Amino acid sequence: MATHRHDENCQRMFALLSEYLDLELPAETCQEMDAHIAGCGPCAAFTASLRKTIELCREYRPQELPDPIARDARQKLLEAYQKMLAGRRS
Amino acid sequence: MERAAEIELARQLLAGTPEAFDRFVDHFRAKIFHYSRIMCGHREDAEEVVQETLLRVFENFGQLREPEHVRAWVFRIAKNACLIKRRKSVYAPQQELSLDELMPARAPGGDPMKIEIADWSGLPEDEVLRSELQHVLEDAIANMPEIYRSVMLLRDVEELSTEDTAQVLDLNTDAVKTRLHRARLLARKQIDTYLRANGQAVERN
Ligand SMILES: [Zn+2]
Repeated sequence: MATHRHDENCQRMFALLSEYLDLELPAETCQEMDAHIAGCGPCAAFTASLRKTIELCREYRPQELPDPIARDARQKLLEAYQKMLAGRRS
Repeated sequence: MERAAEIELARQLLAGTPEAFDRFVDHFRAKIFHYSRIMCGHREDAEEVVQETLLRVFENFGQLREPEHVRAWVFRIAKNACLIKRRKSVYAPQQELSLDELMPARAPGGDPMKIEIADWSGLPEDEVLRSELQHVLEDAIANMPEIYRSVMLLRDVEELSTEDTAQVLDLNTDAVKTRLHRARLLARKQIDTYLRANGQAVERN
């Protein structure tokens, strides 16, 4: 069990972690966070766990698929599409 | 389908290339279904949202000015179709969750300054664990407040940009970032809880 003193720096980090991982922070803030994480085991572990959560999301594909499209449903879409194309040409 | 292929497909569809229609329908039916299945919570609603969304997409496709943003454009229509289908009981908090609630779990023993973190080192290599965690993640997303769920699906599952997500949801980019962070923390917490409950060896620092 990782335990540590949760100091103010850690708290500030905690609020910015998503922007940090998305590279949306100003360079200076980003470097401060790099430095903090390099020296703070629990923040490093927490950041890694958040990064892995995001990776799981990116590869997440629900098991459930829609039913194959019904013939009349497809036909309706095709008609809407052709009508839209005809409107563009005229 | 790669993002570049999707954009090319949108261009072909606009140009009237015959085989583009079925490819576009197949590709986006699955995508819209995944989103609406989780947003609506009911399979039948999700199927209807898929059809209604695609119908509006084709009716209005001529208005798609920037094919590079086709995914965001389609999801904006899907989001609106989902809102109409939304069942009343959905829990929607009026205020953002406070970050304190999403901080790492407190260590037993009462010291409020100590945290616990499970051992996540099985990821990403352990295939079995990864597939278990996909289910945990699915539950976590399905059960989070709607304002977080939609942002997470668009940003982290569909990988829309912050700006595109803001457009789809009629939010400013700061609100997208705030909600995304909370959504990720919620999902992370669920996964962490699962890992600890299932006896993943815990890590020491
Ligand atoms: Zn720290």
